[in-house]
Amino acid sequence: MQVLLSSQQLSDMVDQLAGQLHKSHRDMNDVVFVGIQQGGVVLGNEIVSAIQKINPGQKVPYGQLDITFYRDDIRKEILAPDTMNLPFAIENKTVVLIDDVLFTGRTIKAALDVLLDYGRPAKVELCVLVDRKEHRQFPIQADYVGVTLKTNRTDKVKLVNKEVVLITS
Amino acid sequence: MQLSTRHLLGIKNLTKDDISLILSTAEQFKEVLQRPVKKVPSLRDVTIVNLFYENSTRTRFSFELAEKRLSADTINFAASGSSAAKGETLLDTVNNILSMKVDMVVIRHSASGAPHFLAQHIPAAIINAGDGVNEHPTQGLLDAFSIKEKTGKLEGTKVAIIGDIMHSRVAQSNMYLLKKMGAEVTVCGPPTLIPKHISQALGVNVSYNLKETLEWCDVANVLRIQLERQNQVLFSSLREYSLAYGINRKLLDSLHKEIVIMHPGPINRGVELDSDVADSKQSIILQQVENGVAVRMAVLYLLSNRNN
Repeated sequence: MQVLLSSQQLSDMVDQLAGQLHKSHRDMNDVVFVGIQQGGVVLGNEIVSAIQKINPGQKVPYGQLDITFYRDDIRKEILAPDTMNLPFAIENKTVVLIDDVLFTGRTIKAALDVLLDYGRPAKVELCVLVDRKEHRQFPIQADYVGVTLKTNRTDKVKLVNKEVVLITS
Repeated sequence: MQLSTRHLLGIKNLTKDDISLILSTAEQFKEVLQRPVKKVPSLRDVTIVNLFYENSTRTRFSFELAEKRLSADTINFAASGSSAAKGETLLDTVNNILSMKVDMVVIRHSASGAPHFLAQHIPAAIINAGDGVNEHPTQGLLDAFSIKEKTGKLEGTKVAIIGDIMHSRVAQSNMYLLKKMGAEVTVCGPPTLIPKHISQALGVNVSYNLKETLEWCDVANVLRIQLERQNQVLFSSLREYSLAYGINRKLLDSLHKEIVIMHPGPINRGVELDSDVADSKQSIILQQVENGVAVRMAVLYLLSNRNN
């Protein structure tokens, strides 16, 4: 196991992403932030509280999304679902999806399927901490990226205890 | 996390972890049922047959709706109007259906053990939707889900099961489940409708006094008198049963606390429950029906890939 981002680097990156998100979404009435279970929720918690700090006057709308029932590899293994909580309407809003690692793009594709069952957002954006760009299997890209990393296909990149680690197999 | 079994034949064969997994998965499906699109694509490559050899309204619709909301393909079978009426055996019927590429079988049958028999002879996942006087596991699960939702927990909750314990598969599944999850259970009814050694066999309390039982419990699960399963006279009349074991408003108001009223349906109004009890705010009978769909979705989802 190798540490790719220390907790300090991670927290700097969270602040930087929060700054970018705040800059492009000054009015919190038109935007909602949604973390994808589970890593994206851990990151989302950090990013949303950082945005809240920059912008203490307005409440930042934040929800959690689970893709378990929408996975395209569901026949391989049945997994127990995580909590899904979108305490707002997404109709005509800009939804900012937040995930820790963007890899094949399949999770984001499933997350878009989930979102569309809740309503018709005006726009969906994607914010990720780590982009493993060369392994994409779907035409999906992020609007806000912490860092792009070169990795092997079989590596695992994970957010563990406020550090980003690489697990080689 | 996976279930320890590839069929749902009864609560008897489930572990505590299995039950917890089904109930927590059902919570997520309940959320799905509140969305604008009440449907997920999880089982879109699965075909399910609903084999109902015995009458049912709630359970059959609930399973069918659960299957549709999981995007499964479904076919329905009712014993009347099928080749079963021409003398085809259960195994022949099921094998014929399975040869049309069906993955899961939901079965209700008047013979206790029919789903267990099928599970030994065919490769599909079997879900028991009620077998004779044995078990009705999804009803037990949805009752537990509803109790947990209402009172916050199962462990330590005092549940009374009232009525025809002897002929009730709902009572049996409830007793197994509640004891496994650490609830306290008292069964209450006329001595002729409570099996003799039930206390030693299942670890439940037995009471013949309705008022005492209601005073003791947090939740009362009231059962229907199963006249169709009784082949001897076990009480003198429905009217007399109702006088001794029927729950009315006056009785509930005389208690020192407010208890939750449940009933698996169909209700015989005026026999085991009066209308002003069944339709009161203490009753969660319709919530039980609502929860049934989410619980059955959880069971179907968790068993859906266990036959490869």
